[in-house]
Amino acid sequence: MSNTVLQASHINKYFYEPEKFQVLENVNFEVKKGEFLSIVGKSGCGKSTLLYILSTMDTDYEGNLEMNGSRLTGLSQDRLADFRNEHLGFVFQFHFLLAEFTVLQNVMLPAQKLGKYSTKEIEARAYEKLKLVNMEDYARKQSSKLSGGQQQRVAIARALINDPTIIMGDEPTGNLDKANSNLVFDIFRKISHENHQTIITVTHDPDFAKGGDRIIEMSDGKIVSGGR
Amino acid sequence: MNLSLSFQIAKTHLLAKKRQTLVAMLGVTFGIAMFIVMISFMQGVNQFLEDSALDASPHVRIYNDVNTQRPSILDAVENGDDQMNIVYHQKPKQQLTRIKNGLQMVSMIEQMPGVLGVSPEVSSQAFFNNGPIQISGVIAGIDYPRENRLYNLDSRIKTGSFKSLLANPNGIVLGATLARKLNVKVGDKVSVTTPLGGNITLRVVGTFGFGIGTVDNIRCYTSISTVQEILGKDASYITDIHIKMDDPLQAIAFGKTLSKQFNTYTEDWSTANQAILAGEKIRNVMTFVVSMTLLVVAGFGIYNIMNMNVINKLKDIAILKATGFGGKDVVAVFLLQAIIIGLAGGLLGLVIGFGISYLLSISPFETGDMISLKTFPVVFRVEYYVMGLAFGLITTILAGYFPSKKASKIDPVAILRG
Repeated sequence: MSNTVLQASHINKYFYEPEKFQVLENVNFEVKKGEFLSIVGKSGCGKSTLLYILSTMDTDYEGNLEMNGSRLTGLSQDRLADFRNEHLGFVFQFHFLLAEFTVLQNVMLPAQKLGKYSTKEIEARAYEKLKLVNMEDYARKQSSKLSGGQQQRVAIARALINDPTIIMGDEPTGNLDKANSNLVFDIFRKISHENHQTIITVTHDPDFAKGGDRIIEMSDGKIVSGGR
Repeated sequence: MNLSLSFQIAKTHLLAKKRQTLVAMLGVTFGIAMFIVMISFMQGVNQFLEDSALDASPHVRIYNDVNTQRPSILDAVENGDDQMNIVYHQKPKQQLTRIKNGLQMVSMIEQMPGVLGVSPEVSSQAFFNNGPIQISGVIAGIDYPRENRLYNLDSRIKTGSFKSLLANPNGIVLGATLARKLNVKVGDKVSVTTPLGGNITLRVVGTFGFGIGTVDNIRCYTSISTVQEILGKDASYITDIHIKMDDPLQAIAFGKTLSKQFNTYTEDWSTANQAILAGEKIRNVMTFVVSMTLLVVAGFGIYNIMNMNVINKLKDIAILKATGFGGKDVVAVFLLQAIIIGLAGGLLGLVIGFGISYLLSISPFETGDMISLKTFPVVFRVEYYVMGLAFGLITTILAGYFPSKKASKIDPVAILRG
């Protein structure tokens, strides 16, 4: 199927500290292009662990992971970094901007790393993404001077800069008040429906999850509903 | 890997923590400045000692080595494997310290390539009498124009002049400390007695100082003919031939050739001044050990600061990795910071090192008349500055590499989970 962008099959993952413990047990699912997917479940059910495996940053698992039609399991760290750079965008719970850089620099960095466009074009694109999240007026500000909600919006702009296939969020609204949460949700909604980029988020927020296209519910390392 | 991007990140990191960057930089600056000062000063001392030894001594000296040990005639006549000769109390043979055909040798050597100058000398032990006081010393008969070319005698003069030796056949130029001991000045008379009993009264026409105690204390110069006269010898009597070369290092080989050619005893400056050369080696080793220690200490400083830097930036490293920066990019970011610190600190160190060396080279240094020094001896050579910068960069790169490697191995998941 050409519009399947992510396929995870038979994912098993163990923690070895303090003793051997199976966090994920035979997880199988697929995600379609343009889908807005939320993964929910209680704390400790393994949903964040699953997200980090999907994000390619955690490579210590069993099973098979395919994205955009290429197999990612077993690739070297540097190849995975290049893949993340081009095809994945991340939004974390705690904003995670580089404090010493300006808002604009934060957004531009992944694109400069990719090196597909000239610095001028990258700057124009960065402004475009900042406009999307309504942060273009803050472009020249030091990122550490922004409020939490503002930082999260900048982080979304950064995730979007390389037009990735998939955007992943780890509790993207976990630290935000209702107004900011709604703002972030609206942006995600827009990205998925208008740009047809896939969104996978791990969330505790039931309203946020309900607004998406599909919910995967996890419990004790297994998918209990919503898996396909 | 995108170096200019890594450089941009490194620059932002450094500028964000200006004070910490400055402290790290000053560590390198101090180490390299001290390295430059140490090596310039030590080499200056070496150079000074070598120069003063070389200035006052010939590169090659030809003389007759008086040796009382000689094979007995019995050994020459009656020898064989089946016998052994024992001769008790062999009497020393009457030996002259003269060099055979000395003056002809002088004119021959003068024609040889690479020779700067040759000077014949007649020297003898002597006693200087001033009233009841007798002081022993050495009287050297010289050919003033030739000797002056070798040792630049005119620059060593303290009072009077060497030139007067040409005009006054009974003139004598005394070492400055010898003159003081004898309590004589230019114009006074001294009586000189040789061990063989010859006696002559000479007029002091000058005093000199080489800055070397063993010379200024015992040596005096007069004309060749005067010494020949006291010794009661003819005009071809020469005891020493002093040779200076264009290149002092050639003297060693040249001395050996001469020794073979003329069948005489020769001595080159390196054998005559072994203690100075050994001292030079020891000082060189010391300089390098101390300088290296300084640079290593600076290196540890940088290592500490870079390590702290990496720990403070764990979150940033995780973000960079999450957004697609590879291990090499992270190494480049932190290694570049170390290199910038090393380069900036190193260049500043060179400037400060040069400044201190320069101040040292113009500060007055009182040593009395024994040593001909007015300021601290310091040499300025580009090699030392290149070396200093190279060592500084190598230590900072090494000190920055290990923390950078550590940074590149950081697992972003562990940091991002919180």
